[in-house]
Amino acid sequence: MMPHVVTPRPAATETRESAQPEKACIVTRHLTAYFGETPAIKDISTVIPQLAVTAIIGPSGCGKSTLLRCLNRMHETVPNARVDGDVEILGSSIYGEGTNATAVRRHVGMVFQRPTPFPTMSIEANVAAGLRVDSIQRKADQKEHEIVEEALHRAGLWDEVKDRLTESAMGLSGGQQQRLCIARALATRPRVLLLDEPTASLDPLSSQKVEELVYQLRETMTVVIVTHNMQQAARVSDRTAFLLAGELIEFERTNQLFTAPKDPRTEAYITGRFG
Amino acid sequence: MKTLRARHMTSGAMIGLTYLAAVLATLPLILILWHLLKKGATSVSLAFFTNMPKPVGEAGGGMANAIVGTLTLIGIACMIGLPIGVGAGIYLAEKRITPIAHAVRFLSDVLNGLPSIVMGIFAWEFLVRPAGHFSALAGGAALGAMMIPLVTRTTEEMLRVVPVSLREAALALGYPRWRTSISVVLRTALAGIATGALVAVARVAGETAPLLFTAFGNQFWSTSLRQPIAALPLQIFTYAISPYDEWHAQAWAGALVLISIVLVISLAARFVTRSRFGAPVD
Repeated sequence: MMPHVVTPRPAATETRESAQPEKACIVTRHLTAYFGETPAIKDISTVIPQLAVTAIIGPSGCGKSTLLRCLNRMHETVPNARVDGDVEILGSSIYGEGTNATAVRRHVGMVFQRPTPFPTMSIEANVAAGLRVDSIQRKADQKEHEIVEEALHRAGLWDEVKDRLTESAMGLSGGQQQRLCIARALATRPRVLLLDEPTASLDPLSSQKVEELVYQLRETMTVVIVTHNMQQAARVSDRTAFLLAGELIEFERTNQLFTAPKDPRTEAYITGRFG
Repeated sequence: MKTLRARHMTSGAMIGLTYLAAVLATLPLILILWHLLKKGATSVSLAFFTNMPKPVGEAGGGMANAIVGTLTLIGIACMIGLPIGVGAGIYLAEKRITPIAHAVRFLSDVLNGLPSIVMGIFAWEFLVRPAGHFSALAGGAALGAMMIPLVTRTTEEMLRVVPVSLREAALALGYPRWRTSISVVLRTALAGIATGALVAVARVAGETAPLLFTAFGNQFWSTSLRQPIAALPLQIFTYAISPYDEWHAQAWAGALVLISIVLVISLAARFVTRSRFGAPVD
């Protein structure tokens, strides 16, 4: 088990702050997302920095996942769901006219709470699934082999699966399946990776592996992670957003939010008075 | 308050009753198989599969034409029933809550309950009467129409049990909706859909009523789709109501062969439910 202490990694956070001036990656403008007539998130305008891990925390039903799913236009795939306002990723509006939701999702990777390997595909085909979107190819070519290997290396799964790439992905453990899904998301080299409670269904050891992975990913991409677990947010993120009842209450550097929250509601939540 | 002993006794009695019900449920099949084997096995020989029917009084003779005819009819039925049924099933699974989906679902349930002889009348009206003669095509069409609702509903059910999370995972990878439906959802459900299709085939393979005035039956060798064609159920019917003992024996053998074909198809259905990687789906 990991020590359950709310301490951000100060060293890492500080070096990053000094090394790199923060650039905006995702900008939301008056973002409101509805299920039917009920808004799940209300008028969120914020800036998520580039090449950093941003955690979204908050009690169940506060709209964390909805906010995340607005960032790759997955929200609108739910019947009767719709989005108001705008989201800009790396300078271009993803809800703009003529912008195709499918194209947006190709550049923004996403990993869900439960591992979702495709049951009819081999391990290799699973990782390559995002690469094969444009073709109906079934067999891997040389270039694809390399990309798959690299993605599996980055997800820390290569050594465990290298001898069984053609076997079913369903034979892997839950933790391995989840890292496979991360490898699948990484294979298309997204600029942004969205993680929706990626460790919620994993055992502590698997969770730790995923967390370490998230920590490394910030070198090459912007990561947004929704989590129930405040310790996890503190461990892996540079910045943390606190959501309550669909509203963005506070969005600060992680160490500041956890040590000196400005809003009393944030303080109440992180000290465990509700949620 | 009942004593522990009384509760154990009630529990034991109820378990006994469920066992009894389970045995009774399989008993008809076992009895039928046993009876068929006893009556028909002696008449089944290689000649039964390769020879044509012989006139009364001549020894030997088989049902080669009826066996080929039944397989031909099943083939035609599949070509009509599977594409329409699977297509409609996909539509129902994708557009669950539209008024058209509700209507299609209701109508296919009605169609499923339609007496098979009515299906025969339908095929007769639209295919036999305009053409002026009975044909294999009309028989296959009647059977195919019977398959449609069965295939539609199993396809829909199988697609609906594919978890939404898989669909979302594919969409999040940038799969367009249609690719998600085909490459992920349909492929995941394929084994189940194949089973449903084979069950539907097994179901129509033994149908007699819709063939009475469509395929009509044929004492001679014919593989022409535009001509009347022999079929096992029809042949069994003709032979069973005849006054000749040899024909009765042949009818028993025909019934045994027919039930064997259905059994083989059902076994094939079990086999294909094992996915490519050997994990059973159900």
